Amino acid sequence: MPLDNVVFWVFAPISIASAIGMLVMRNAVHAALFLIVNFFTIAVMYLLLDAPFLFAVQIIVYAGAIMVLFLFVIMLLGVDRGVDGREPLWGQRWIAVALAVAFVLETGFAIRAAVGLSTRAPDGFDAVNAAGNTQALAKVLFRDYFFPFEVTSVLLIVAAIAAMVLAQRKARAVTQAEIDAEQPFTAPDPEVVA
Amino acid sequence: MRTPIAYFLILSSILFALGTVGVLIRKNALLIFMSVELQLNAVNLTLIAFSRMHNDLNGQVIAFFSMVVAAAEVVVGLAIIVSVYRRRQTVDVDDARGLRW
Repeated sequence: MPLDNVVFWVFAPISIASAIGMLVMRNAVHAALFLIVNFFTIAVMYLLLDAPFLFAVQIIVYAGAIMVLFLFVIMLLGVDRGVDGREPLWGQRWIAVALAVAFVLETGFAIRAAVGLSTRAPDGFDAVNAAGNTQALAKVLFRDYFFPFEVTSVLLIVAAIAAMVLAQRKARAVTQAEIDAEQPFTAPDPEVVA
Repeated sequence: MRTPIAYFLILSSILFALGTVGVLIRKNALLIFMSVELQLNAVNLTLIAFSRMHNDLNGQVIAFFSMVVAAAEVVVGLAIIVSVYRRRQTVDVDDARGLRW
């Protein structure tokens, strides 16, 4: 049995098990930790598919940055403490599972028809990655996808500003119309404003 | 590489289906969001598997863009969840029904 086959059959069950673990966990922190495990196994799959750069990016961006952000928000909001007593929608659960099984069967048949269950990846990917995967990817990214790359940087700045605006606690400025409309003796309840 | 490409595609289809189940059965907005992340990752795996199958780096570049956009989406989505929580003291999606008369 070739080595990459062994690696696949070790990590694919871990990947599916950690995804199921994320679904059944009551505690949001435990679910996030299972999701981190899942992201690591997907990173290993990228390595098997000869994408070492995306393997590193997956670990740094997903398992690192995004999941730290998730855990930070979970702990900031304190939703990990027993809020989830009525968490799963039990009535909907079996319909959801049936739909998921139907989806997997359908895509399984489509993959068998279109790709074939024993089709192996062709040789010659080393020629595509002649100077190394990162260098080859950079060549494609900065030659063919330069404009989308720049648009992405704008998107990231907009997202950072949007997150700051949405999450800041400061009260917004009162407009002149609201000052005019406000009656002198019906000042809003400070509880409501806070 | 001796592992058939179809195995990766089927794994990604299973992960996508599990993410869909998570979106359908959860009520906590954060856990729904995590399930959406799982779906995004499954689609990225498909892109990279097809990129390997066709000896073409474009799939990897698209997966890279998808990761960057997912990062931006997570930041904005979590900020929205935080601001909803400040206003309503809950992240249960059933409680956020301001659009329903």
